[in-house]
Amino acid sequence: MVKLTVNGTDHVLDVPDEMPLLWAIRDVVGLTGTKFGCGIAACGACTVHLDGAAVRSCVLPVKNAVGKKITTIEGLAPIDKPHPVQVAWVAQNVPQCGYCQSGQIMAAAALLAHKPHPTDADIDVTMTNICRCGCYPRIKSAIKSAAAGVA
Amino acid sequence: MTVALDRKDFLRIVAIGGVGLSLGLEFAPGSAEAAAPGMPAAPAFVPVAWVEMGTDGLTTIVVNQTELGQGITTALPMCVAEELDIPMSSVRFRISPAEPKYYNAVWHGIQTGGSRSTPSMSPVMRKAGATARLMLVTAAATQWNVDPAACTTSNAMVLGPSGQKAKYVDLLTAAAAVPVPATVTLKTPEKFKILGTRQGRLDVKPKTNGTAVYGLDVKVPGMKYASIEKPLQIGGKVASFDASAALKYPGVRQVIQVPAGIAVIADNTWAAFQGRKLLKVTWAPGPNAGVSTDSIYSEARTLSKTPGVVLKTTGDVATPLTGKVVTASYETQYLAHAPMEPMNTTADVRADGVTLWTPTQAQTDSQKVAAKIAGVPLEAVKVVTTFCGGGFGRRGETDFVEDAVYTSKAAGIPIKLVWTREDDIRNDPYRGGTVSSMIAAMTPEGKVTTLKHTMVCSSIVARAIPFLFKNGIDPLAGNGMTNTPYLIPNQLVDWHRLNVAIPVGFWRAPYANSNTFATESFIDELAHAAGKDPVAFRLAMLEAGSPPRVVLERVAKLAKWGAPLPAGHAHGVAMGQWDDAWIAMVAEISLPNNKLKIHKLTASVDVGQPLNIDGLEQQVPSAMIYALSAAIGGKITFADGGAVQKNFNDFTVLHMADSPEFVIDIVRSTEKSTGAGEVGTPCVAPALANAIFALKGQRIRALPLNDGLLT
Repeated sequence: MVKLTVNGTDHVLDVPDEMPLLWAIRDVVGLTGTKFGCGIAACGACTVHLDGAAVRSCVLPVKNAVGKKITTIEGLAPIDKPHPVQVAWVAQNVPQCGYCQSGQIMAAAALLAHKPHPTDADIDVTMTNICRCGCYPRIKSAIKSAAAGVA
Repeated sequence: MTVALDRKDFLRIVAIGGVGLSLGLEFAPGSAEAAAPGMPAAPAFVPVAWVEMGTDGLTTIVVNQTELGQGITTALPMCVAEELDIPMSSVRFRISPAEPKYYNAVWHGIQTGGSRSTPSMSPVMRKAGATARLMLVTAAATQWNVDPAACTTSNAMVLGPSGQKAKYVDLLTAAAAVPVPATVTLKTPEKFKILGTRQGRLDVKPKTNGTAVYGLDVKVPGMKYASIEKPLQIGGKVASFDASAALKYPGVRQVIQVPAGIAVIADNTWAAFQGRKLLKVTWAPGPNAGVSTDSIYSEARTLSKTPGVVLKTTGDVATPLTGKVVTASYETQYLAHAPMEPMNTTADVRADGVTLWTPTQAQTDSQKVAAKIAGVPLEAVKVVTTFCGGGFGRRGETDFVEDAVYTSKAAGIPIKLVWTREDDIRNDPYRGGTVSSMIAAMTPEGKVTTLKHTMVCSSIVARAIPFLFKNGIDPLAGNGMTNTPYLIPNQLVDWHRLNVAIPVGFWRAPYANSNTFATESFIDELAHAAGKDPVAFRLAMLEAGSPPRVVLERVAKLAKWGAPLPAGHAHGVAMGQWDDAWIAMVAEISLPNNKLKIHKLTASVDVGQPLNIDGLEQQVPSAMIYALSAAIGGKITFADGGAVQKNFNDFTVLHMADSPEFVIDIVRSTEKSTGAGEVGTPCVAPALANAIFALKGQRIRALPLNDGLLT
């Protein structure tokens, strides 16, 4: 049994210790906003916050998330009161297929929480999430407008 | 209309409250969930299959094309809203079921691809909007006892000749009794208020808060998760297997042999993946045993030196060439599609029918394969199309659907069948590698008189659409060569089919994405051989006022072609085409430490009458970024008939840090609207290669470019 705190709610899960957090969140807790893209922490589609830091949940064993505050895209902000990053994403029509966007948004939100006014270089170094639709120009622009509070 | 599918229990229905509501998945108007807060009431007026107008003032547009990211679920509703004169804020969409009344005429079914959605469906959707509008006008005119022709419409209202006003929402019942008109008149482009403007995506909110439902997110009662262990050698078969260790892993329920391999069925995806690792499988070799990158290209290079089957001939191609003769050969690499969402399908196979929840570009084909496997009629296969995490042609295949159907049938329960990324990279219908041998003759003044291509590649059509493969000819193989815009009197394109059992498939701008590297690199070589500027050389061969000439003129001006660049920078130019759409692109690059740095890509594009300008400004760079991954470093190589690459660590794709600045110029045409998802892809690799030549005099004739820079 593993006890996880996801978006402020405790869940007791009957899963093996080594199950990656991604699959516990998606298949057992039932929150599917966090996506599976590669399973080797290469693409970032599975990005969630662990005590506020962006982590790639597809390689993080659930046992390492015990006692920590896990936040998924569903818990980033109330649905009718979106996070500034989500507001910027909507204003700039960032998504195309949208599949990587939960991870992109979680990575961007963690970046801005840590560094409210990132430079282009900060964004390039931090935002290593893959987008095959090529939303990169708009993601970068939306991060800047969220940082400037102009979204 | 009500779809007889019990979605209430089977699906997460996603409703984002407020105006501009968009739904994650189709729902059934009139069913129980319609009464829930935020859900639309049963439509009061359904003039045609595509338009459902509700008493809540909202109009639901039914879209029969899959949303892959290309924005079709915004562009097609825009077409309806334009002709119907309703604000986009009152519009939402749902994805149609796979039923004949929603079939797309060009596909004889439901399918999405080839940038065909816009040219095929935008006229249909505009007509649908105009039909609904005329019925509402007729209803109001009848009430007012005036001539319908004397009425106008604006902002969801009919306006009468004496100042009468009626809101659409108050006319729905009366309009529903009006006979559907046989003909309607569409707006002329100068009257457009919505088409050709910037509109926000109708799917943007669910795609930013985690509520959009993709195939991988579907959950149905009684469902188990499954994943199939497949051979590393493409086409390999199971000789024998031992599942005893796999069955002991917590959560693993069943292990079943299916045609693609060994399916592990479990309580969750992770357990299914772990079960696969514990299988002991002995594989029997298949038709690709011993096939390697070297063996493929060795055969292709040999074939490229001999004449193939003729795809196009113009003028005199028999007389021996005179004047300045230039030859070169080009090679492109194999590539995987690698959309972000790995392949998956949820299938519920029962004795009397099948339900598929699937991220597919090929609904009708999926019905066909499921019907065959399950032994039920086509009509008994229901398809619920989810949002798709990318497509690029990959989801036009049915292999992942077949995996789910076979597994559900064998297990006797609903199955969510999930591929790993490794399965995806290793079992792709790849963008096929090509070898092209080119020869041209020019007059002493540098006028091209003859251009001949001999191209070698595997056939997509022979595998995927065999009935179109006739007399040994793949009718699409010459795309990007046979449709050259250049006025060259003598032209020959011939082709050899490479007989390798590694499957090749439709990959963003199929064939054009590889052929254009050869054609536009070679034109550049000819320009330099003639001592001419590459833009001027091309312009001299393009008909004045033609779309390709216009985009080239515009991009040259916009990118300041010929003006001084920063030290160490160079420009390269290339043209591209997809269907009726044209693009010309200028790439600005530098090579610090011999490493390719792309600063800016400037493109002028003509897709006919633009639908959503904002959508075009997404799709053109999208196609170019997809092409950058392919041009710079992406490649699939083979050893003993299997892909060497496995995942995003060794199949490299572009990251944000390497994404350049884009300048996109859209021609405000009023010609027929055409698709925009693919036209940006073909010109990227040749523009970069031409820029590299301009900068350092090295002509790279094989992709990816990084491999050429290292040699």
